[in-house]
Amino acid sequence: MKLDKQLLLDIYGRMLRIRKFELKVEELHLQGILPGLKHLYIGEEAVAVGVTFNLREDDYVGSTHRGHGHLIAKGGDVKIIMAELYGKKTGYCKGKGGSMHIADVNMGILGANGIVGANIPIVGGAALSAKLRGTDQVAVSFFGDGGANEGIFHEGINLASVWKLPAIFICENNRYAISTSQSKVTAIPNIADRAKSYGIPGFTVDGMDVLAVYEITGEAVARAREGKGPTLVECKTYRFKGHYVGEGSRELSYRSREELKKWQEKCPIEKFKQVLTKEGILAEGLAEKINRQIDRELEEAIKFAEGSPYPSPEDALEDLFFEEGT
Amino acid sequence: MRDITYGEAAIEAIGEEMEKDDRIFYMGEDVGRFGGCYGTTKGLWERFGDDRVKDTPMSEAAIVGYALGAAITGMRPIVEIMFVDLLCLAMDQIVNQVAKIRYMSGGRAKVPLVIRVPFGGLRRAAGQHSQHLEAWFLHTPGLKIVVPSAPHDVKGLLKTAIRENNPVMCLEHILLHQIRGGVPEGDYTLPIGKAQIKREGKDVTVVSYSLMLHRCLSVAEKLHKQGIELEVIDLRSLYPLDMETVVASVKKTNRVAIVHQACLTGGVGAEVGIRITEAAFDYLDVPVKRIAAQDVPVPFSPVLEDFVVPTEERIEEGIKGML
Repeated sequence: MKLDKQLLLDIYGRMLRIRKFELKVEELHLQGILPGLKHLYIGEEAVAVGVTFNLREDDYVGSTHRGHGHLIAKGGDVKIIMAELYGKKTGYCKGKGGSMHIADVNMGILGANGIVGANIPIVGGAALSAKLRGTDQVAVSFFGDGGANEGIFHEGINLASVWKLPAIFICENNRYAISTSQSKVTAIPNIADRAKSYGIPGFTVDGMDVLAVYEITGEAVARAREGKGPTLVECKTYRFKGHYVGEGSRELSYRSREELKKWQEKCPIEKFKQVLTKEGILAEGLAEKINRQIDRELEEAIKFAEGSPYPSPEDALEDLFFEEGT
Repeated sequence: MRDITYGEAAIEAIGEEMEKDDRIFYMGEDVGRFGGCYGTTKGLWERFGDDRVKDTPMSEAAIVGYALGAAITGMRPIVEIMFVDLLCLAMDQIVNQVAKIRYMSGGRAKVPLVIRVPFGGLRRAAGQHSQHLEAWFLHTPGLKIVVPSAPHDVKGLLKTAIRENNPVMCLEHILLHQIRGGVPEGDYTLPIGKAQIKREGKDVTVVSYSLMLHRCLSVAEKLHKQGIELEVIDLRSLYPLDMETVVASVKKTNRVAIVHQACLTGGVGAEVGIRITEAAFDYLDVPVKRIAAQDVPVPFSPVLEDFVVPTEERIEEGIKGML
């Protein structure tokens, strides 16, 4: 392995942290503890981690309604994310955003977004801003196969190409826009092929292979930093859970148990664990240690969230506008 | 003080602010060398170049979305949407993104963004180039809205809008762009959310904005000769609404009409009217009156459009009916 050992372990740990966080969210939601809508990232961890491990802290990320994974991958604090999911005052958005709108602009997280495809131009604007300010920051937009069929995909990527902006467009193709199979609603099998229409490079990669994602987006990030313009990367992936927590057996109306099982066998975390074990990088004891550490972090996150105060009802009237002196 | 046009005053505001702050840039369709379809950016590209006065594709949603992304990452964009009808193509970005990102992020995002929107009927431009959609945005918490009616006001309000750390929509009636008026030399600003009493009177308060304000002032002059004194208020901003000025006037005149070029139902008049009844019901001698466009799309033929939009005659008649 040519990559640094610690980096590989960090990649593994980050993917596992997302997985375990999401499993906890599912559990808490089904117990009726977490309010609202939750869309889990389970199965797609290699995409967020493979991409964001190429980024610096000052780079930008625009996320989706399925955004917990992007946030944790970019370095978001699970305590503060969990508090937001509980609707507490200590959450990233003081309880005003919830699962679908978590943002920390200071950390370059421009926001999860409840509108499919809508972060594409916002990320483009962050890339434009970086270029105009003369920095070498880059901006990454995550969207799904569903988002790729929104008109804003065309508007947003075309403009990034025309202005040669430092943007990377990551299509997380998990095959289904809610229940609708990509093959039913998309004229071509590989969304990355659309890159040609914008005069930019496009790549399709195995989104279950974290190192493949890391490598290809590494090249895209380098191109962006060097001022060579945007890249479209399509990561073929799969969500192991329903579109939202609580979908239950409805998922069987659009996908079979066999299909699910086939993809679960490609679990990006399990697969990567096997590679690391084989290479002698991740011994059983170390794996157990990482596992326990994440469990502790999550316990603390839940404790923090549960112990945090709710906002006072009147807080609903704050934060609409920036007021001078605040 | 010299007389310049409304369009010149707007460009002056933008140019002066751009000179002072290099985080400000301008983008929109045909705003570069062409100078804007309605001359909205004449001379700016020559002064500031491609990097700061940017021609975009016909991608209204991307224009607004890009501006938002730039605004939350340290720039201070001004975008122009060629006319308000085209904002329909950018509604997600305006309503779901621009207006909400600060709030949804718990106050973490700051959005210094100006959306400049020429608009307005009576140009014989028919149903898709003549609309008055301001009430939609009034109904969207998170946006400030200004509707200047005079060269002096457009310069002062645009300067404030550009310096604001919040999204501000500046709606400029295209037929106002050529009107001339006194504009002081040098720097000045006007507060957003402050109406102005354009003419004092004791008999009826008339609340209006943008182009219709001018029709109301003509009617006031005419009625003055008949011994009827109108107090004409220019709202200047639709969000925040300066109800204090309006209500104080109504308490004096005990009669109020609201006049706008947007269609009647669900319009600004409905909001202003109900707020007046909430604040000053006991002072009203007659019901609040709305004088607005008919509830139809704007038709093309001059005969038809002139019937739909409030004419001076219709305004006069409406007001006289309250006495």
